[in-house]
Amino acid sequence: MARTLFEKLWDNHVVTDEPGEPALLFIDLHLIHEVTTPQAFDGLRLAGRKVRRPDLTIGTMDHNTPTTGKPATNPLAVAQLDALAANCEEFGVPLFPLFSGREGIVHVIGPEQGLTQPGMTIVCGDSHTATHGAFGTLAFGIGTSEVEHVLATQTLLQRKPKSMRVHFEGKLPTGLTGKDMILGAIGQLGVAGGVGYAFEYTGEAIRALSMEGRMTVCNMSIEAGARAGMIAPDETTFAYLKGRPAAPQGADWDAAVERWRALASDEGATYDAEVVIDVRALEPQVSWGTNPGMVAPISGHIPNPADIADPGDRDALERALHYMDLKPGTAIRDIAIDRVFIGSCTNSRIEDLRAAAAVAAGRHVSPSVYAMVVPGSALIKKQAEEEGLDRIFTEAGFDWRYAGCSMCLAMNEDTLQPGERCASTSNRNFEGRQGRGGRTHLVSPEMAAAAAIAGHFVDVREFDLAAVGA
Amino acid sequence: MNPLKKVTGRVAVLDRPDVDTDQIMPKQFLSRIERTGFGQFLFWDWRFEEDGTLRDDFPLNNPAVAGAKILLAGRNFGCGSSREHAPWGLQDYGFDVVIAPSFADIFASNCTKIGFLALRLPEAEVHALMAEVDGRNGSELTVDLETLTITSPAGRTIPFELDPSIQRRLVEGLDDIGLSMLQGAAISAFEAKRVPTPDTVALAARR
Repeated sequence: MARTLFEKLWDNHVVTDEPGEPALLFIDLHLIHEVTTPQAFDGLRLAGRKVRRPDLTIGTMDHNTPTTGKPATNPLAVAQLDALAANCEEFGVPLFPLFSGREGIVHVIGPEQGLTQPGMTIVCGDSHTATHGAFGTLAFGIGTSEVEHVLATQTLLQRKPKSMRVHFEGKLPTGLTGKDMILGAIGQLGVAGGVGYAFEYTGEAIRALSMEGRMTVCNMSIEAGARAGMIAPDETTFAYLKGRPAAPQGADWDAAVERWRALASDEGATYDAEVVIDVRALEPQVSWGTNPGMVAPISGHIPNPADIADPGDRDALERALHYMDLKPGTAIRDIAIDRVFIGSCTNSRIEDLRAAAAVAAGRHVSPSVYAMVVPGSALIKKQAEEEGLDRIFTEAGFDWRYAGCSMCLAMNEDTLQPGERCASTSNRNFEGRQGRGGRTHLVSPEMAAAAAIAGHFVDVREFDLAAVGA
Repeated sequence: MNPLKKVTGRVAVLDRPDVDTDQIMPKQFLSRIERTGFGQFLFWDWRFEEDGTLRDDFPLNNPAVAGAKILLAGRNFGCGSSREHAPWGLQDYGFDVVIAPSFADIFASNCTKIGFLALRLPEAEVHALMAEVDGRNGSELTVDLETLTITSPAGRTIPFELDPSIQRRLVEGLDDIGLSMLQGAAISAFEAKRVPTPDTVALAARR
């Protein structure tokens, strides 16, 4: 029987599947970080349990780390980072600690090291774990109790989600990105449109994306409510993986590629739901509200609550506009910004930094804006510096920072002040996400760099781009 | 975890859609390495002014709903971040049940692991309950997990659905990890035949 990519991934990992009970799924890779694990390790200690498969587990420090290049000083952050190091030591789990040279955002380092490979199940105590789905994996975020479950058993109890095909119709216009595709899709689907589903992204525009672009798309599946999002592996996937530290080599590589090719959804396989996103007329996207479904094209305007029939929806829109301090009818282009954040597991990879640098080169950040660039990992930082991107950014007036999650969730010192408005390449524009009273607008790296220079939102396609990077 | 069989208590109403876990438990409290004590930080930015005084406009600050055990909420409750600190905070604050038209997947799953009920009702029924609840006088309702019924403040009996495996876990207070460890032989058999995936210990040791 014809099966989808998701069904193949699911079937290949079922350990037990008893009637009436959730399935027990085997987990091939468990990524851990300092924020969602200390209570899980405490649970293991209390019950006298071990980590079943330290060799399928790896830790990094990312959420609560400074981007100054100096060690953490906040006592709570220090305690949390120390707890991760001590727990990994005690339970034999490998760890890339701060300043080890291989640390970085958990969803950046997995692919970067070649740990993320097609066909795998991957979990992490972080909702953006679907990022790894870009490689044809079943990857999703879990809570701390589930982290403890995976540590103890290398399995997870799961009800099988339904499947939804999210098909991008047509060729993506020049100058647009994976970020615009996924923001546009969330705008169409709504923030709860994917609840209960695993997405598979398909279509010509997906095939044309680089792995970085595909990771951006899959990363934001959760913002449409879907716990997992995935893309069938192809030549682009294999080319990205080949030669990475944990990738198979020699004859093993050839055998792996053959296995990976068989993962794509079979002809005639059916999904529980299908949705089509037409990208032919898509414009660069800018979020204007307090969830990622509140998004508009750069040529668009702030909606008017008076046009909304449902009282609950109207109330939610009024609340969002009040928090964002925006008036109905305002052109997106006329929204001035105070801050720019380029980074996060959504958009901090080398291609993202090159794209932003191509806009920044030879220009200067508006005097009214403070802009920061935070690479996704220590290795990306190093590569960007080898390519001279750091100099392009600093000469243009951007602050070039050390790797980490930084102002995506603002657990460290990188936060917005009350009332500050930020163009951000991250994934969430919730109230207070980047700092209490802060106002976040989600955009692509190109659009963020252009906004930094203009001091307000602007269509990056009006900029001449410099040739940068490798 | 503690069994959760029947809850009778005051009801608080938070009639907003898409309440995300960043609102339920803001990031500045995620640095704690303990599992307890998160109730004091629940809905921090909505409950408190910047100077720490209570905000009058937030429903949970109404003295009539003090000690509420049941939260009536809007659709897609708990969306966003996977932080289990959100249900920890709701439970530690005193809630045993959140009733909403829908929940985000990870949030709902997290609740089942800690003996906390995320109860889904049709949106019209949630609104009917909200209309029955008198915030000034602190209305009460009862949620019975064994009979799968709600008794509304007006005395109506409302049936609800719950995955039988989740119902059993909550009512009996079962520990998922203990149960799954009983499958050790099945897990070992699976490990013996699976296609190997990258060895993280070997990778980390390589430089």
